[in-house]
Order: sequence, then structure tokens, then C-alpha cells
Amino acid sequence: MTRALALHLAVLAALFAAQFLLPSYHHTNIARIMVLAVFAMGYNIAFGYTGLLSLGHALFFAAGMYATGLGIELWGLSAAPALVLGLLAGAAIAAATGVLALRTGGVSFMIVTLMFAQAGYLTILYFGAYTRGDEGIVITRAARSIGSLDLSSDTPRYFAALALFSVGLLLNLALTRSNLGRAMIAMRENEERSRMLGYNPFKIKLTALLISGLYAGAAGAAYAVLFGYVGASFATIQYSILPLLYVLLGGAGTTLGPFLGALLMFYLIDISSGYTTAHLFVVGAALLILVLFAPKGILGWVRDRGAKWLP
Amino acid sequence: MDFGPFLLLALMEGMVMAAVLALTAVGLSLVFGVMRVVNVAHGEFFMLGAVIAWFVTHFMPGPPAVAFAAALVICPLLVGGIAALSDTLILKRLNYDPEATIVATIGLSYIFQQTALTFYGPDARPVLAPFDLRIQLPWFGYSGYKIAVVFAALAILLAVWLLMTRTRAGLIMRATQLDRNTARAFGINVDRVYAAVFALGAGLAAVAAVLIVPIQQAHYLMGHDPLLLSFIVVIIGGLGSLRGTLVAALVIGLSDGVISVFFSPTLAKILATLLVAMVLVFRPQGLFGTKP
Amino acid sequence: MAAMILSAPLLSARGLTKHYDGIKAVETVDFDLTAGQVHALIGPNGAGKTTFVSLLSGRITPSAGTIQFDGADITRLPAHSRVARGIAYTFQITSIYANLPVFDNVALAIQRQGSTNLRAKTMAALARVGLDGRADQNAGTLAYGHQRLLEIAMGLSMAPKLLILDEPTQGLANAEIDAFNTLIREVTPQTTVLLIEHNMDVVMDLADQITVLSFGETLATGTPAEIRSNPAVQAAYLGG
Repeated sequence: MTRALALHLAVLAALFAAQFLLPSYHHTNIARIMVLAVFAMGYNIAFGYTGLLSLGHALFFAAGMYATGLGIELWGLSAAPALVLGLLAGAAIAAATGVLALRTGGVSFMIVTLMFAQAGYLTILYFGAYTRGDEGIVITRAARSIGSLDLSSDTPRYFAALALFSVGLLLNLALTRSNLGRAMIAMRENEERSRMLGYNPFKIKLTALLISGLYAGAAGAAYAVLFGYVGASFATIQYSILPLLYVLLGGAGTTLGPFLGALLMFYLIDISSGYTTAHLFVVGAALLILVLFAPKGILGWVRDRGAKWLP
Repeated sequence: MDFGPFLLLALMEGMVMAAVLALTAVGLSLVFGVMRVVNVAHGEFFMLGAVIAWFVTHFMPGPPAVAFAAALVICPLLVGGIAALSDTLILKRLNYDPEATIVATIGLSYIFQQTALTFYGPDARPVLAPFDLRIQLPWFGYSGYKIAVVFAALAILLAVWLLMTRTRAGLIMRATQLDRNTARAFGINVDRVYAAVFALGAGLAAVAAVLIVPIQQAHYLMGHDPLLLSFIVVIIGGLGSLRGTLVAALVIGLSDGVISVFFSPTLAKILATLLVAMVLVFRPQGLFGTKP
Repeated sequence: MAAMILSAPLLSARGLTKHYDGIKAVETVDFDLTAGQVHALIGPNGAGKTTFVSLLSGRITPSAGTIQFDGADITRLPAHSRVARGIAYTFQITSIYANLPVFDNVALAIQRQGSTNLRAKTMAALARVGLDGRADQNAGTLAYGHQRLLEIAMGLSMAPKLLILDEPTQGLANAEIDAFNTLIREVTPQTTVLLIEHNMDVVMDLADQITVLSFGETLATGTPAEIRSNPAVQAAYLGG
């Protein structure tokens, strides 16, 4: 098990070093990838570990993003409390969604979460007077600092993203080793058996969804502050599919899969855009290839071939 | 305009909406009913139908009516063919696992959008109506084509109903829907039935799109709304029930027409999506279905 | 019989009924379980045995009737709450976490009672059924007999007051059945056992009381000797 911890610390150390080693062009990219990876980690806690395939996580991401953005713009909060507000908003919306959606299962759960997210997206448009709809809100540079740390400049932004990512990753690792984590996986593997071991399926799944929303909310909030933009496009179905894609690519139910998936997908699109403008095709083809030929993703594949210790 | 005629206009617009929606939703419902597949790419089949209709009418010589009639035949065949291919190459290999098929049809929808964007472009383009007839009512004039759309949709729905209830093909589909394994034991080629049903569902969406393009222009992102509305209709009507789907299409189409006239269309959509979520949570058999 | 009336039963069902679309799966069954005993439930296929224990464990809800357990009415409690009160159920068709290690399968049962010394307790529970050497193996890769043992180990690990076993020896070899009998003798009388079983040797070997179900109704209840000599039972089941 210490092997796993060492691997995670090595990944974090490599990301720390990357800031000094990589050309500056990549700094913004990797900061963005780390924030999106936190979102995907949250998605993975619901989908990969607990078996809840949601098509509505954009709602939780957007909840975090808008709570933070509107907190700064409308109520004049400073960045730190606005971030906390965003994180809590993600968890609260996820819990509220879960209370209703978890009464269903399987395909119905997917459609219910999809519908809630769609309603959320339309609500953002409906209150365009405050949210400025599709156009979105640009958060001023002045509002994007914590203390003397200006999070809109490259280096602090990179380390802020790394700090969030580190906390998320290590908590994720701790969760997989905890009793709760084991109970979540058990729910995914065999719900009826878990029920007959005395676990309340609703309670376990709701807890998983709440933690998942916490991650998504934190990522949305961080995105707003670090990149200074809050827009309705982040609430669309595309942003529910994105973490699913990252998780499927990296490996569902692995701690490092979401990051690996986000990293590869981001650079796949980045590099392919040098040759083609067909981004949609790249995303669509990646989804099809994964679901047809590698449903367990990269790290799932590695785990099946000997690295059973991979958490 | 007085309130009465205004309401009449809203109702007539709602009828056109309901007719096209019914066609699209019946396609989705058929696929879900027989195959238990939630086809997220259904809206893209609709879009492909519209875009192909533009190509056909644009490059077909002769009067608009002939070109349009050609589109009405070519589009569903072509889109149905694409659907059958998708089923055989992808969905079948996934053993119709519910979660995997949803992810796969999401992937397909991205690919179809990209295909349309690449070959058709980002612009919205109109298709000429096959005939230009204005029916003058005492209060306002109304497009004769829109009324023709309603009757065309009714005729096609009647054909689908006859196909399902009165023909051998329909019997085979219903048998497969009831029990795939028993159907196979009786010598039914389930793979072919599935490909055919998937093609039929997509073809219905394509026909609906051909009917609508003279009213609403063809665009590569136009599949979004029909998909969402079809979902709403199919769920409220009761998953897999054709009769429920028709009733719900009528209700949703009419009320969308009327509500959009009096309220903000965004608010109407918010309420509709929330209604769908609540129906699935509290009344999964649909508003018009009976408890299984 | 006298002892049974004197001591308060651990579980008692009154008028327990389950109908499916007019088909009577279980019909007004009265049933008492004495604490510390092994009680066997027998009857021909389709007699409603699995439905009956599913009603007791809360996997399905009764159409009518009440269930008392350990002094409280549990008729309306969901299955997981009944488990928390001490009713453990093992499945007729082996239901384990096939993709998880053997260790996790049992740890999931144990961690519900608190997580101190989870590793040691889990290994001890595995040792009891002789599976401690296979703790890291995925449960799905175990031989069938070992999977049955794992299922029983999961049931026992919940430290239940009542352990319901649905055809535990089905598909086991003779040596494995002997080991099973030994195991059950070890856990009683601390644990009360309700056993659905087709193997009459196991029933006669282990049971203190036997209830015979037929067409969803109680045909007879009594000691093995009484049941053996009961003419109605012989006609309906043993003799056939």
C-alpha cells in the first residue's frame, strides 16, 4: 500500500517540478488540466467507485463556478470566502439532486440527472440579468487574489491549481482506503448483497454524490477565480460528458485515471488542432473507441495486467 | 389581433409542432421499446435528415415539389442506412449494455455533428417548400404547407401503427420486444430486427426533419431541441408505450406552442425538463401509462 | 414443545402472507424461532420457502401479517435495518463481490460493527472457514465450494443473532458438508440458525426443530423425530 502513496507523491512532485522545467506555454494548460482533473476526480467518485453514471455533473461544476462568480460580482465577496461558497454550493446542489435522482436507478438516473442539469443551464440563461447568460461574466483581476497572492498571474495560478489538485488527490486516495470507500465500491459491485450486509444503499450513494459534488464545486469555483471567467457554456451537457470522457480514458475507479485522462485528452485536442479543426470528431471517436475496445481505460488496463495494487 | 384568433394561431402552431414532435418521438420510443436502447444520437439523425434534405433539394433539378418529394424518400433511407450501420458496427458489439450504449450514442452524436459541420458548414440554410399556398382565414392568413405537414405526419404515424399491428414485420418486432431470447428460439433473426428497428426510428426522425426544414432552416446543431423534446415526450408518455408517446406529443406540442406565446420559452423549457425529472422520480411508468 | 412455549421466541411471525397477482406464495403462516436453536425449513420445490425467509429478512414486503424480532415489531423495517438488528441472510444463489478480494468481502461484513482491528478480525473470520490463505485472491476466482464457504463466512462475520441460510450445502462435496455441519454446531447456541435445506441428512443432523411448508402453508412443525413420523409430511414430501 505504501507503493501507492509513493506513486501519488511522485506524481505531485513531478507536477511541482514541471512548473520549472516546462516552457511557460504549458503552465496555463496544466493549471487548467489540474482543475478539470479535480472535477473528473469528483465524477469518478460517483461513477468509477460507486457506479452512479450521472449525465448532469456540469450542474455541480456550474454551481461552484456561479456561486463563486456571483459572490464576487454581486455581493462583493473576496476570493477566499467566494471559493468556499462555491465548494459548498456544488455539494449542496449535488445532495439536493441526489435526494430525488437516487430514487431511480440505471438509465432513469442518467436521464434525471441530465434533465436537472439542463434545467440548471436554462435557469442560468433565464436569469440573464444577473448571470449575463451565454456571454458570461469576466471577473476582474483585482478580485482574483487571496491576500497578496495574485491568482491571475501564471506562477501563483499554477501553484494554486496544484495545491487544490494535491488535496483532492490525497483525499481521494484516503477515501479509497477507508471503510466508506470500500462500502461505495461494494455498492457498485453488488447493491443487493450490500443491502443484505446492512448498508443503506440510499445513504451510501447520497454520501458519494455529495463528496462528488464537493469536488465538482471546488473545481468550478477554482476555475472561476483562476481563469477569471464564468459562463453558461460550462453548464451545458458538454461539461457533463467531459469528466465522463476523462474518467473512461484514464480508467474508471482509479485515483490517477481522471488526471491522466484529462491530460491526454487535453493534449490530444491541442495537438490534433494543428492538423484538423474536427474537435467534435476527436471527442466522439475517443468515446466510441474507449467504450468498444477499452472500457476499463488506461489504468484499468494496467491494473488488470499485474499492477493490482493500483488504487 | 383579439385574444380568440391569437389563441387559435397559437394552437395551430402548436399542432404543427406536435405533429413533427410525434414523428420524432415515436422513433425514439420504438427504439427504446423494442431494443431498450436510449439513443442520445436521435437528435443527430433528425439533423442529418434536415441537412441531407438541403443537399437533395439543392442539387436536384426540376421543380421544388419534385425535389422535395425526392428528399422525403432519400433522407429517411440514407439516415436509416447510417443508423443500421451504427447498430451493427457499434451497439451490437456492446451487447446493448444500457450504460455503454448511452456513452456510444453520445460519441456518435459528436461524430455526426462534426460530419455535418465539415461537409455542410456552420450556416443555417433554408429549403424551399414544395408548394406555396396561403390559406386566408377571417383573422389571419396561414401557411398551407404547415397544414399539409400535420396531415403528412398523421399519415406516416398511421402507417407506422399499421406496420406494428397489422403486418408480419410488426409482429416480429413486438415478439422481440417481449422477449429477445424466446424470439431467437423461434428462429427470429434478432440482430436484423434490431438493425431494422434502429433504422426505422432514425428514419422517422429524418422524415420529421424533412417536413420541418421548409419552416425551420437546416443547421448542424439543430438536433438538440428535438432530442430534448422527444425525451420529454417519451418519458411523460411512458417509456416504450407508443400510444402514450402520441398523447404526450400532442400535449407537449400544443402546450409548448401556447405557453411560448404567453410566457418566456426558456421558462417553459425549464418547467418541462423539471416535469420530466419529477415524472421519472415519482411516476416512472409515465403520466399516461398504467402501473406495470 | 413445552420449552418452546415457555421461553420467549427470538422471532415470531403471525399471519404472514405474500400474494403475487393473486398467486399465494405464502399464506397466513404462524412461525416461532427459539433462541439458540437450529431450525430447518423444508418442503417441496415451490413451497414458498425462499419467499418466506425473504419476508423475514426484509428483501420483500408482506401482503399481510406481522413479524416480531427480539422484542420489537420489524414488519415495516427495510432490509438493511433488519440486518443492523441482527438478522443475517445468505443467498441461495451465491452472491459475493466477485470482483473484490476475498478479504474485502468479509471486511465489508465486519466493518459495520466498528473498524478497530479490522484486519485481524477479518483474517480470523477467514481462518474459521479455512480461507485465510486466499485473502488476496478475487472472490470470483474461488472454486464453487469455497464461494459457498465465503458466503457463510460473510453471514457469520456480521455476528448476527439470527443467521438465515438458504440452501447452504447445495453443490458442496461430502467433505465440505461435514465441515459445514461442524461450523454450524460451533456457532450455536450463541447464534440462532434458520436453515432452508434439501439435504435430509444435514437437516436431521443439525436441526432442533423442523417446519414443513407446502403450497405456502405450514404443514407441520416439530422435532426431527416428530416430523419423520408425521403421516401428512410423509404423504406430501418425505414419502414422495
